[in-house]
Amino acid sequence: MKKTNNIILESAITLLLFFIVLFSVYIFTAGHYYPGGGFIGGLMTAGAIVLLLITYDIKTVQQILPVNYRIITAIGLLFAIGTSAGALFFDVPFLTHVFTHVDLPVLGDISLHTATLFDLGVYFVVVGVTMTIILTIGEDE
Amino acid sequence: MTNLIILPILIPLLTGAVLICLNKSIMAQRIVAVFSSIAAMTASFFIIKKVHADGVQALNMGSWDAPFGITLVSDMFSALLVFTTNIIAFVCLLYSFKSIGDQREKHYYYPVFFFLLVGVNGAFTTGDIFNLFVFFEVMLMSSYVLLVLGGTKIQLRESIKYLLVNVISSALFVIAVAYLYSVVGTLNMAHISERIDELSGNGMPGIITVIAVMFLIVFGLKGAIFPLFFWMPGSYYAPPAPVLALFGALLTKVGVYSITRTYTLFFYHDQEFTFQLLSILAILSIVVGVIGAIAYWDIKKIVIYNIIVAVGVILYGVSVMSPDSLTGSVYYLVHDMIIKAALFLLVGIMISITGTSNLNHFSGLIRRYPVLAWTFFVAALALAGIPPLSGFVGKLLIVKGGFEEQSFLGAAIVLMSSLLVLFSIMKIFINGFWGQQPADKGEVKAPIKWLLVSPVILVAISALFGINSEAFLPYISQAADTLLNPDIYIKAVLKE
Repeated sequence: MKKTNNIILESAITLLLFFIVLFSVYIFTAGHYYPGGGFIGGLMTAGAIVLLLITYDIKTVQQILPVNYRIITAIGLLFAIGTSAGALFFDVPFLTHVFTHVDLPVLGDISLHTATLFDLGVYFVVVGVTMTIILTIGEDE
Repeated sequence: MTNLIILPILIPLLTGAVLICLNKSIMAQRIVAVFSSIAAMTASFFIIKKVHADGVQALNMGSWDAPFGITLVSDMFSALLVFTTNIIAFVCLLYSFKSIGDQREKHYYYPVFFFLLVGVNGAFTTGDIFNLFVFFEVMLMSSYVLLVLGGTKIQLRESIKYLLVNVISSALFVIAVAYLYSVVGTLNMAHISERIDELSGNGMPGIITVIAVMFLIVFGLKGAIFPLFFWMPGSYYAPPAPVLALFGALLTKVGVYSITRTYTLFFYHDQEFTFQLLSILAILSIVVGVIGAIAYWDIKKIVIYNIIVAVGVILYGVSVMSPDSLTGSVYYLVHDMIIKAALFLLVGIMISITGTSNLNHFSGLIRRYPVLAWTFFVAALALAGIPPLSGFVGKLLIVKGGFEEQSFLGAAIVLMSSLLVLFSIMKIFINGFWGQQPADKGEVKAPIKWLLVSPVILVAISALFGINSEAFLPYISQAADTLLNPDIYIKAVLKE
């Protein structure tokens, strides 16, 4: 494929990519009490990677992020299943979550949930699946 | 242990995720798959024991109490089906090792296989109507992959049809659930049953009847009952034998299970209309299925049309709704899952020997493969319901229930269909196994001995299930009992 010299996109993305990924992390952690969570955070991260794909090409992006997205999906699944299966060891119903409030120096009162770990699994699954779908279609030239 | 009833869903899910990581190493995949399959079987066996001893088991996911959270419910009906599913999965897995081929094994055959089991076991276990939809989708997604994996021309063509049909029926499913929710305001199946009961003081309201028919259409499409079976003979013709056995034995039965569950739990008030409709469609399915099975000279097609007959027989038993006929239906459902899987696997072996599924193109298999022939013979007798094999007890009870409830025509058709089913399957035996052995075409490459293990196990189980039916009957009638008295189910879930 002929490489297009898209200077606007290339300069914009060096700046934007950082913010998109940062915002996706914010959205991910905001979940549970506010709109957000693993699913939308994952989609946003995947969106950032797709933006990279549009600016450069599949080979370059593979060099920047040398990961197998199918494995990412599997890891995400294992994370989600593992977190929820933790309930088995405490003999409470599957998917039961626990949380506690912690006072951190700068951040103040923060509630820590096991549901966040589950959501992290969802995040990985969404990134993995979305990227697998897009790459499969994209490779088909 | 609190979480016992989720294990048949959790174990395959975990296995599927692990197997994705192992896709390069076929041997490791096989070992993990076999162990997890055995674990799932063991867990479901203990569920049956638990349900038999302590009654219906309910588990509130995430500790959110019913009816607000999602509840999993294991009554005897679902426990039996989950156990049967896991047996069939184990056997199909063994068969896959030597027949499915490296290419499919490397391309995520095993993970998808286990995700399919998650869907099937989940659909059998869930106590929440929307969750049922979710598990249906898990099952369907996996079945799309299994159907298209391999990418031969016929597979691609049939996948498109299959996908279209199922996407439409899934959309309809969500619409039906939305209708139901707008009327009763709950998704928990026990709670829905209770609310419909309150609404139906003087007969079931018309809107509930509409919803009942919508559910019949949705599940009928999956379960392949009379006017909605059109997609099945084509789609099931495409995939290789172990996948075909899984589809034929499990997927349509999930539809049948859902019809049985919703009709006995929700829509039992106005039996005049809904059950009449169900019974007419069931009888027509038997008739059409039998015609198809007799008409075709293709061994796969013959067995596929026999699925439609079996679905008709089971649903006819449900529509009569008497203790005997329901016991018969549950019995026949379990029997049919086992024997259909066995038949499809046997047909797969025959095709791998002869290279064709057309009955006119081979004969005389019994000379070289006596074990195959006699296994097939026993399976055929069991399918038709010759005593003392397992088909007999189920059909006997269904017919008895039919006569007792004055439904003579239906019961007579069920009886007649046995003869014609026997004829259709004996046609395979007479033309394919008897007769002259054609000129030797050289060595057959297929590892017949290994492949035969799976159907032999299934036929042995089926024979045991029939001969020893006295021992199984308490379990079966417990299942029928819960279906007949929704109160047992409701009490167990809502803990009143």
